[in-house]
Amino acid sequence: MADVKRVERPLSPHLQIYRPQLTSITSILTRITGNALIVAVILVAWWLLAAATSPDYFDFANAVVTSWFGKLVFLGSIWAVWYHYLAGLRHLYFDAGKGLEIKTAEKLGMGVIIGSVVLTIITIILV
Amino acid sequence: MRYLTARKRAEGKGASGTGTEHHWYMTMSAVGLAFLVPVFLYILGSTIGAPLEEVIATFSRPFPAIITALVTVVGMRHFAKGAQMMIEDYAQGTARKAAIIAAYAIAYAVTAAVLYALAKMAFIGLILGAMGA
Repeated sequence: MADVKRVERPLSPHLQIYRPQLTSITSILTRITGNALIVAVILVAWWLLAAATSPDYFDFANAVVTSWFGKLVFLGSIWAVWYHYLAGLRHLYFDAGKGLEIKTAEKLGMGVIIGSVVLTIITIILV
Repeated sequence: MRYLTARKRAEGKGASGTGTEHHWYMTMSAVGLAFLVPVFLYILGSTIGAPLEEVIATFSRPFPAIITALVTVVGMRHFAKGAQMMIEDYAQGTARKAAIIAAYAIAYAVTAAVLYALAKMAFIGLILGAMGA
């Protein structure tokens, strides 16, 4: 048998050595935003619970929610919820077997990023 | 000769042990949340920061209360299963089990707290309404 030329094959690429790409960044951000939203959810649940408890306790929760800290959490979470929303829709589209060509996937990724910022601004203006 | 279909032999052999059930639940809840979340954001956004009477009045009304209950129940199941997916990717063994239990516990605790708050606000709203009438 002829001498088989050994090819230097790359090892299975791992997250840390993989060059960041729009598709991978938008994908990991879906996970980060989805899981981070629990902070705002707990804050809102606590605020609702306070409203059902007593006027004094509500004043305290309301002060926290409307403080700079609360506003910062909600601002971040409005963006996170819209990002996760659009990225989730993109996943449903991918699941249908569509939009998986690299060019299209990258366009969808940009759409998710720009769309999330636009929707965040609209939300802040409307509510 | 084995009297088993190819499908029957393959069942339960996948990594999840439950086929595509988890993924299908995430798909279903994602579609549900796609309709619920914008409506809920509007309700929450126009109520947060308002005085207590207004908050109770809003959440004693059927539509905001039902939307809030739905978004909490569906959203927290979606969160628990989504967090489980992340944990299963990064943790092994006992740490994995502990983290999944914690994620599920948080999700159920938030659900119970919100449903309790909604029920109590509906009750307070009822009393305030009766006193006003």
